[in-house]
Amino acid sequence: MTQAFRIENEGLINRDKKLSFKFNGKTYFGYEGDTLASALLANGVHLVGRSFKYHRPRGFFGAGVDEPYAVVQLYRNGETEPNIKATEQELFEGLEAKSVNCWPSVNFDIGAINNFLKIFLPAGFYYKTFMWPKSFWYRIYEPFIRKAAGLGVASTKHDNERYEHKYEYCDLLIAGSGPSGLAGAYAAAKNGAKVILAEDKPRFGGSLLTSDVNIGNQSGKDWADSIVAELKTMPNVIVKNRSQIFGYYDHNMLVMSEKVSDHLPSTKKYHPNKRLWYIRAKEVLISSGSIERPIVFGNNDTPGVMLSSAAKEYLKVYGVLVGRKPLVFTNNDSGYETAIEFKKHGVDPIVLDSRKNPESEIIDEAKNLGINIKNSYVVVAAQGYKKVKSADIASISEDKKQLGKIENIQCDCICVSGFWTPTIHLASQSGNKTKFKEEIDAFVPGQSKQNEITLGAANGVFSLEETLKTSFTAGSKLSKKITENDNEIAIPNVVEKKSSQHDKFWCVPLPNGKNYKRFLDFQNDVAVSDVEIALREGYRSIEHVKRYTTLGMATDQGKTSNLNGLQLVSEIENKVVPAVGHTTFRPPYTPISIGAIVGREVGKHSKPTRKSPMHSWHEKNNAVFVDAGVWLRPRYYKRGNENLFEGSKREAKNVRTNVGVCDVTTLGKIDIKGPDAAELLNRVYTNAWLKLPVGKARYGVMLREDGIVMDDGTTTRISENHYHMTTTTAQAANVLSHLEYYLQLVWPELNVNVVSTTEQWAGAAIAGPKSRDLLQKLFPNSDVSNEGLPFMGYMEGDLFGVKARIYRISFSGELAYEVNVESDYGNFMWEKIIELGEEFNIQPYGTEALSTLRIEMGHVAGSELDGRTIPFDNALEGLVSKKKDFIGKRSLQRSAFIAEDRQRIVGVIPLDKQTSIPEGSHLVKDDKAPLPNPKLGHISASCWSVEYDNPFSLAILKDGKNMIGQKLFAMSPLKNKVIPVEIVSSHYVDPKGERVRS
Amino acid sequence: MLYINCPHCGMRSQNEFSYGGDASVKRPELNKEVSDQEWDNFVYNRKSLRGKHLELWQHISGCRQWIKVERDTATHEIFRTFKADEEVA
Ligand SMILES: [Zn+2]
Repeated sequence: MTQAFRIENEGLINRDKKLSFKFNGKTYFGYEGDTLASALLANGVHLVGRSFKYHRPRGFFGAGVDEPYAVVQLYRNGETEPNIKATEQELFEGLEAKSVNCWPSVNFDIGAINNFLKIFLPAGFYYKTFMWPKSFWYRIYEPFIRKAAGLGVASTKHDNERYEHKYEYCDLLIAGSGPSGLAGAYAAAKNGAKVILAEDKPRFGGSLLTSDVNIGNQSGKDWADSIVAELKTMPNVIVKNRSQIFGYYDHNMLVMSEKVSDHLPSTKKYHPNKRLWYIRAKEVLISSGSIERPIVFGNNDTPGVMLSSAAKEYLKVYGVLVGRKPLVFTNNDSGYETAIEFKKHGVDPIVLDSRKNPESEIIDEAKNLGINIKNSYVVVAAQGYKKVKSADIASISEDKKQLGKIENIQCDCICVSGFWTPTIHLASQSGNKTKFKEEIDAFVPGQSKQNEITLGAANGVFSLEETLKTSFTAGSKLSKKITENDNEIAIPNVVEKKSSQHDKFWCVPLPNGKNYKRFLDFQNDVAVSDVEIALREGYRSIEHVKRYTTLGMATDQGKTSNLNGLQLVSEIENKVVPAVGHTTFRPPYTPISIGAIVGREVGKHSKPTRKSPMHSWHEKNNAVFVDAGVWLRPRYYKRGNENLFEGSKREAKNVRTNVGVCDVTTLGKIDIKGPDAAELLNRVYTNAWLKLPVGKARYGVMLREDGIVMDDGTTTRISENHYHMTTTTAQAANVLSHLEYYLQLVWPELNVNVVSTTEQWAGAAIAGPKSRDLLQKLFPNSDVSNEGLPFMGYMEGDLFGVKARIYRISFSGELAYEVNVESDYGNFMWEKIIELGEEFNIQPYGTEALSTLRIEMGHVAGSELDGRTIPFDNALEGLVSKKKDFIGKRSLQRSAFIAEDRQRIVGVIPLDKQTSIPEGSHLVKDDKAPLPNPKLGHISASCWSVEYDNPFSLAILKDGKNMIGQKLFAMSPLKNKVIPVEIVSSHYVDPKGERVRS
Repeated sequence: MLYINCPHCGMRSQNEFSYGGDASVKRPELNKEVSDQEWDNFVYNRKSLRGKHLELWQHISGCRQWIKVERDTATHEIFRTFKADEEVA
């Protein structure tokens, strides 16, 4: 099919490059440089979707970011993205798009029966109807709303596109490349300032692309092109198109979304799809322009009704006629500019002007061209269902209350101009106190809170000459403040046509006996009558009216509807608009891809992955890994067809009978040095530390100030003023901050330094009855006998030429040692241990066996030290000094902490000695008690005891001290299990701790 | 995102810092009798001011120093920053 509405010799598209694309399954052609919207219009396609609530036919209303209608489901390179504005999506070869919101098709839409049957869903419909009965929500209402009213459909596939984040700093950030942005950027760049110029559209120039003006003896567009070309050559300037600044945050941080690849059939290799820029700017110039306002009239949502500026843009930028019999309905001179462009291309428009007798240079030009102009005339209603076929028009009285006789005239589009609304979103987001400007019936930025200034149309200034003057001056002044350069810029001559005052008219009254829908918000189907209902029902605050009616809440965020909504509220309420106030503008200005917000932090990249130096050995030896915080740790080393249960049992058993080795590199390690190191430890830990001799380790528990256990671990005195502290893997970073807090802020008089050495040391725990024999082989020159290296002893050793630290500490409850070497030697150490351990039947063991070993020994870990327990709860009260003070001690006197029936750790065994108890199960007295069944405690950790070959769990149980021997039930509604259990001591294996000392 | 002037490193973005609460809270001295009320005030009771607030931040992804920041909790304006041992006048 030919592009019947494309005209020759106009537009900025590349006619040498024809592109094919599909819309709702049908193939069309367009050109490079088109948007999906302009290409469809070139082919005469006006029906693109259905509205959100009533499923009324939807066409194109705008030509850019403000578009409320033309939202499509886009298919590109095997992926799909919902809710793309056809007016923003650039055409590429092979593009496919479908309408959203219509089923089974855009031409025959079942939901539209809502519309024909006149069961219009009035304001508050959702709130009133779907509230009751509650049980209907999931079964009936929610599926109904989803099917009938949803927008596009998000893909459920993994997004293969890549998104990037970038941080940038600049002197001056400029949002928008219209005349104001270009002038500001140019002046500041000439002063040597670091400038970022951001334009959301593919083409720079803003209004200069479509307006009939002259700057410095060039056309507006040529002037813009030359400025952009020069800026691009300057090393201190970043010029970005397809880049929307959508958020203005604290301390002049702005965020910009750059569409790197959306205009291409597929993303180039190594390129991101989008790039999110976090920009910290010293100064910000907001030159975001303005958006044309609609005038409200009957059936004003019919396809073919659109903004007059959009019609002009389709003509001037894309060479597309939106109609061949246009009707222009205006209350200001902008409508005439559109009419003049139509006329210049051989199309005869009719202009209806609500004003009585306007006079200006622009109007004179229109008259000279012979354009048919009707003053004091309005469109009462558009006629036609899927496309405008005609318009009911009438004259209007001077007070705008009385309509004359209604006439019907033929037309195929209605181009509306209700004057201009400055785009103040960014200024408002920054905290600017906006003010209402009477002359333009709109809000403009007022008092700045941050370093921003708004100029040009965004500031309500519509004269090009004034815009350029103020913007050049601002660019010079702002940059001079920063760079101290003062290079004069000659402000070019401007030729523009003067316009006359607009008419404050915005809504056509209903003719007698007619009840046309007059829409304010086109995407959310909010009509004048909806706002009237809301006010009648007592809503007063504009924020409440917005939420009740959904005015301005759709993906276009009310860019075209806000002001008319305010006008209506103020009219009904008999207030002036500034008293009504506008709703808060919040970021983002326009929808931003979730992918862009997430950036590279997806899947495995969502957090760093830390691996021990022995990681590749684990991989080669069939380790099955588990996430431990950000670390990857072997959970067990799979042999043959073993599962986790079998493998970990084998490994744990081997520790109890022979010897095992476990990678403990992930433990937090903090190096503590200084003459007051012992004093610091004495204040941080609950037990005494002043008398620990050199070469000895000690187990310690530290509390928060509220008495809750923060962490536990062993600390070793390496030399007189040097200690090596270990923390749990999870708490390593918090413990370091904790120590720094007390050293820097609370006790700065202590002469101590702390530094994390977690990554400096690789650690291997060697555990089991044969561990000493193995250690002797590893360190043939050291005396590692029970006397030479007793329990909680420490020595340095020579591991075949590598300096090693040997600690005799045990988490497994067996005779055990921990060997540390510098990380680079970790693998060497590990392989030596495996090699020399072979004769003792050594096996590596993972975290699952490690858990089993510690659980059956009754050693507490993260699942008991869960931020809710005190030392007593963990049977650690023996480590709490009565003599000295320490962090959190005073809190241990709280009455709940010293209660007679205080919770305490216990062991739990199922009566059948078969059924494993799910972690998290609740312990209750009576499994048949009515809900909520009083909970006495919970299972914190479970294992299969390799010592006794039956399940064993730890629990934190109320009055645990006196519960030993009691029979209770462990209930897990999640796993649907009720298990009769007996409470036993938490020290299930070797309660006297003889093995570690053997 | 706030822009915080670390007295040791200069202007840095908020995501390099972690928040540490009210900087005016003084820990009771060690080995001193403390009433329940005094201790509760130290551990729990905070004013949650609207307006100028002296607070602690730690530059965890930078110099690791704890610093004091005078910030308006309503507007986020930062007036002054201090080193841990600097007296706030
Ligand atoms: Zn710092």
